[in-house]
Amino acid sequence: MTAAVVVDHVSKRYRLYHERNQSLKASLLRGRRARYEDFMALNDVSFEIKEGTAFGLIGENGSGKSTMLKCMARILRPDGGSITTRGKLSALLELGAGFHPELSGRENVYLNGAILGLSRREIDARFDEIVDFSGIEQFIDAPVKNYSSGMYVRLGFAVAINVDPAVLLIDEVLAVGDQEFQNKCTEKISQFRREGRTIVVVSHALSSVRELCDEVALIEHGRLIQVGPAVDTIDHYLTEILSIDPATLGIARRSTGEIQLQGVELLGESGEPVGSLALGDSVTFRFHFNALKPVSGPVFGMSLTSSDGVLVTGTNSRDQGLSLEIPTGLGWIDLAVPRLLVSSGKYHVTGTIYDTTQMTPIHEVGDLHAFDVAEGNPKTSGITSLGGTWRA
Amino acid sequence: MNQLREYYERRELLSNLVLRELRSRYKRSALGWTWSLLNPLSSVLIYWVVFGVFLKVKAPIGDPSGQGNFVLFLLCALIPWNFFSNGVTQSIESLVVNAGLIRKVYFPRELLVASTIGGLLVTFMIELGVVVVILLIAGNMVLPWLPIVVLLVILQTLLVLGIGLLLSGANVYFRDVRHFVNLLIPMLFYSTPVVYPISYVPVNWQVAGRSIPLRSIYEMNPLVQLVGAYRALLYDLTFPSIGSLAYIAVWSIGLVVIGQFVFNRLDHRLAEEV
Repeated sequence: MTAAVVVDHVSKRYRLYHERNQSLKASLLRGRRARYEDFMALNDVSFEIKEGTAFGLIGENGSGKSTMLKCMARILRPDGGSITTRGKLSALLELGAGFHPELSGRENVYLNGAILGLSRREIDARFDEIVDFSGIEQFIDAPVKNYSSGMYVRLGFAVAINVDPAVLLIDEVLAVGDQEFQNKCTEKISQFRREGRTIVVVSHALSSVRELCDEVALIEHGRLIQVGPAVDTIDHYLTEILSIDPATLGIARRSTGEIQLQGVELLGESGEPVGSLALGDSVTFRFHFNALKPVSGPVFGMSLTSSDGVLVTGTNSRDQGLSLEIPTGLGWIDLAVPRLLVSSGKYHVTGTIYDTTQMTPIHEVGDLHAFDVAEGNPKTSGITSLGGTWRA
Repeated sequence: MNQLREYYERRELLSNLVLRELRSRYKRSALGWTWSLLNPLSSVLIYWVVFGVFLKVKAPIGDPSGQGNFVLFLLCALIPWNFFSNGVTQSIESLVVNAGLIRKVYFPRELLVASTIGGLLVTFMIELGVVVVILLIAGNMVLPWLPIVVLLVILQTLLVLGIGLLLSGANVYFRDVRHFVNLLIPMLFYSTPVVYPISYVPVNWQVAGRSIPLRSIYEMNPLVQLVGAYRALLYDLTFPSIGSLAYIAVWSIGLVVIGQFVFNRLDHRLAEEV
């Protein structure tokens, strides 16, 4: 099998400027050179991508995987080594890059197509298909600045996908648009695969990488750690780099990991942390998390399991109509329980975060927390209480 | 040679980028394309009033055209000058302005410089067409000279392209380049015979008892030759000197070669620095 892309000892150095000489004065005052440190974004990386396969690049933020993709797309030039590709290459790094806001969708299709290397005749031939795929026929003659971000991205994707590339590079852009459009994209990519084209994906979404890719390369601090079959490389990433317990690998494999649950705090009525509880107490479950990137519309869920493994109850934020926008960084979300109606015993908290479609897990922790409930008022048998009062 | 092939292979993209330039230039302005004629019109008006009326600059009598109108004299040089100055200032900015594109898609980046100049070239041709009509009405039979005017336009475009390639890459690394050029442009304007005839420049200049051959130094500026050639063709209705055409050609081609060379050197880290 021939290689579609050969990455041969590629290194890429970035300059991290301490004080940037972006003016002549600064440069004269400080001497000719600006002070900078070299930062090796890629360090002697080599691998081959076989023709007709799907290849994934994974790694933590800042590992160099996107730099690798940009080098393949010829946007960045490596400082050392070389990259050779066979056949036409199209990159989906940012959809609609090069759209001019004042021009109409139609004009932009021609412009974007030309940027991506299509001739006018080729675009003429594909124009209907592009518009059809994007689903914005009615707006095609309106300036794109009036488009919603979804429409913008859809048109950009439609153009890029119609370039008819032998090698398609994708950088996490598939997480765009509504579910219907996402399905269309997934379908188009499967079609690409069936047609024997080569696909290179950079993504955090390990589950989709696993589904899509034959081989995966793991890049860490600019170095290639492992390259091989998707399952092996992803497992290596999860256990060695993200230090995930092999026992929970099953869920972790499917998770995208954009938000990490970190723990649960139990708060009493006045917001003070409490250790143990009694039936009928008022309690707030505070879930602490760390978002690695902004996430729109995630669904937080929790369930309680008794010590003998019986599911007591489960609830999620979506069922209560909560729509969330999570920014990058640490945060928390509360579940306020006015009366804890479970009988005495030990309970385990499972925390889950799903994406907005509730199909893909973001993070799931089986035993996030355990707490004891003491007998309270009213006394009850079984695992739950009705909270009722007897009257005569 | 490689570069020429690259330009040729991406000619569709070049024409698309030029179209983008043209279509977006006057979007959302009520007068639209009229602006591209109103702008030179206003500068002609200003220079005519200040230099022709107040300072009484006399246009030399065209030989053999016999033309002596200051406005016509002005037009034949000012329109090419505007193409030069707009071309240089805008092409220098062309990479910085299109930073988003450079960071996200690959295509030969010199096309951004070329398309900026291409857009201005179209406007220049329209303006030149209007000037030709005005000259014809004024009785200057310029039509036989137009093929040479076209040659001159090509040489001038190369000159502007060369400067654009040379400085646009540098401007990405040092944003001062643009400001520096903005400083130089008016200097160049007044050291080129646009608003006055070259005969106003003394042949020799006496400074501290020494004689400096000012006119010869002045004529080393390729823009002096360029403007002179346009005037010879359009105003005087005569053939410009072969020497001056060759001089312009050497500058134009030389600058394109040097510009492309420098551009290739700076192209390397463009996507990171822009």
